[in-house]
Amino acid sequence: MPPSAIAAESLSRHFGDLKAVDELSLEVEEGEIYGFLGPNGAGKTTAVRMLCTLLAPTSGRAVVAGFDVVKAPHQVRKRVGAALQSTALDEKMTGRELLRIQGRYYGLSASEIANRCEELAPILEMDAIDRRVATYSGGMKRRLDVAIALIHSPSVLFLDEPTTGLDPTSRAKVWEEIRHLNEHMGVTIFLTTQYLEEADELADRVAIFNSGHLVAEDDPEELKRQVGKDVIVVHLGCDATDSEAEALLAGVSGVEHVEVSGSELAVSSSQGAATISPVALALSSADVPVVELSLRTPTLDDVFFQVTGERMEEESRAGAGTSAGTGEEGAV
Amino acid sequence: MNSEASETSREVASAGGEAANVGLGAATSSAAGRGNPAQGTLARDNPARGAPARGVAARDRGFWGDLSAVANRSLRQLPRDLASIIPALFVPVFFYAVTIGALSGIANFSALEIDYKAFQLPVAIITTVTGLSRAAALVTDIKDGYFDRLLLTPVNRVSLLLGLMVADLTVFLALCIPVVGMGLIVGVDFPTGFLGVLLFMLMGTLWGLMYTGFPYGIALRTGNPTAVNNSFLLFFPFVFLTTAWLPQDNLSGWLSAVATWNPVSYILEGMRSLFVDWNAAAIGKGLAAILGVGAVAQIFAFMSLRRRVRNP
Repeated sequence: MPPSAIAAESLSRHFGDLKAVDELSLEVEEGEIYGFLGPNGAGKTTAVRMLCTLLAPTSGRAVVAGFDVVKAPHQVRKRVGAALQSTALDEKMTGRELLRIQGRYYGLSASEIANRCEELAPILEMDAIDRRVATYSGGMKRRLDVAIALIHSPSVLFLDEPTTGLDPTSRAKVWEEIRHLNEHMGVTIFLTTQYLEEADELADRVAIFNSGHLVAEDDPEELKRQVGKDVIVVHLGCDATDSEAEALLAGVSGVEHVEVSGSELAVSSSQGAATISPVALALSSADVPVVELSLRTPTLDDVFFQVTGERMEEESRAGAGTSAGTGEEGAV
Repeated sequence: MNSEASETSREVASAGGEAANVGLGAATSSAAGRGNPAQGTLARDNPARGAPARGVAARDRGFWGDLSAVANRSLRQLPRDLASIIPALFVPVFFYAVTIGALSGIANFSALEIDYKAFQLPVAIITTVTGLSRAAALVTDIKDGYFDRLLLTPVNRVSLLLGLMVADLTVFLALCIPVVGMGLIVGVDFPTGFLGVLLFMLMGTLWGLMYTGFPYGIALRTGNPTAVNNSFLLFFPFVFLTTAWLPQDNLSGWLSAVATWNPVSYILEGMRSLFVDWNAAAIGKGLAAILGVGAVAQIFAFMSLRRRVRNP
């Protein structure tokens, strides 16, 4: 039975009346990539800051890498690395200087630091390592940030929204490196993200965190299976309201639920393939202009909707610059 | 400040006993999936589990090692931050040149024991070092998240501030040399010899170092660059409501009263005494004034550091 790298029990952090994190309990196995998914302002960063000793909990307890974050923060710090939300780099230094300085903070010798730089070469842009960080692109900075967090070979790595603000190419590289770290270096990774696709792609397990509460946690596929229903997505040529959509599709066989977001209808059905044609016919009969009709399996956004009653897809899509849906999709 | 110092032994000692009582079971909300371990047996304090997987591992360097690491970065920053250092030298040198050029006649009617060029040299030193610090760099670190990165390391917290002061000390010494050199060039004489020159520079440097507590304290409390810049305002009463321009006997009214209570007056007098002869009382008062203001400033700075690193 694998031991847990991170465990929290009823961990809470309040700022006055605001309960940023409320009674958070979780366990992360060693060697696992744990996706901590939630919209902006959900409290993800507060949770991470408590787990990596930057913020004291108001109540509750957490053990990271074998040590209590409140009673033994010094021991926790020696064993964890963190790349927090903003790339914390001194832009007047070169990449190599920052790695050396960080290595010294962890008590590494010059030769150990040099060896680690070699080991971390796949993450770093070695051509740029002797250039000042100010000249780096956003993606290069983020990768250097991760490399610095790994200089002392931590057993647990916290990545707080590692791809926020990155272009799709840089994001793909970061994902590749996260997988590499986990698969080849055995690092346990606690990954906070607001991107559904990222959590789905990378995480062994996903925790959905909303308004300071953990509302669901499981293997992403299992979470989606729990939603169960297929989704027929209809892009209309005009905006619609809930009542109009419900009236249009009320009697259509197989339709279980209709949700409207602007000009998009999301029609839930246990048998999507059989229901898509009746839906198309109903819309056509009512002279509703349809731009696109597609069928997809449930996504984490559907899971999020099921457990919170809200959608985070729009925000995720806006930030990611890509489709947040990860279900298999086919346009009709 | 660093209550974590004895943490290692404490934690190792507690790992067995305490760990056995730490069941974080019933922690997860999920019921299925590969990642749902059997609960209640996993999350126990166990240092062995936390050991890094490969050869390299973080280790404690001790206070001096930590201080050296933090100071190393601060010193590396200096040559890349000359824009904040050069003006600190230019302004006092300019004022010194103007003052001794325009006001040397004061010596003819005042109670000056020494040449006005010598009288003004301590003012040039104090003006150079007062308020100069790495506080702006500290604020940048706080705002950019680099300070959090430092806090994530096992580095001794006190060294986070002392490391910056090592860089300040280097800057102050480097700035005192040209100012003193300028004084020597214009004919200032040190009857107290080389030791007098050294003590003169040491007093200036020590004052600058002690005073850094104010900008560091403000930086750590506010994390606000404007507030740090505005801390420069403290400089004016400290430096100019003193015997900077005239000896105490020539001051009158409220300025005389303020200058009497202003510790910088005693620092200036102590430094000026080195242009006459060894005067233990004047030097002692000057050093006491430096240490008195320094105690207030440094307590403010380290309390502010404590507040910031104590998980607000």
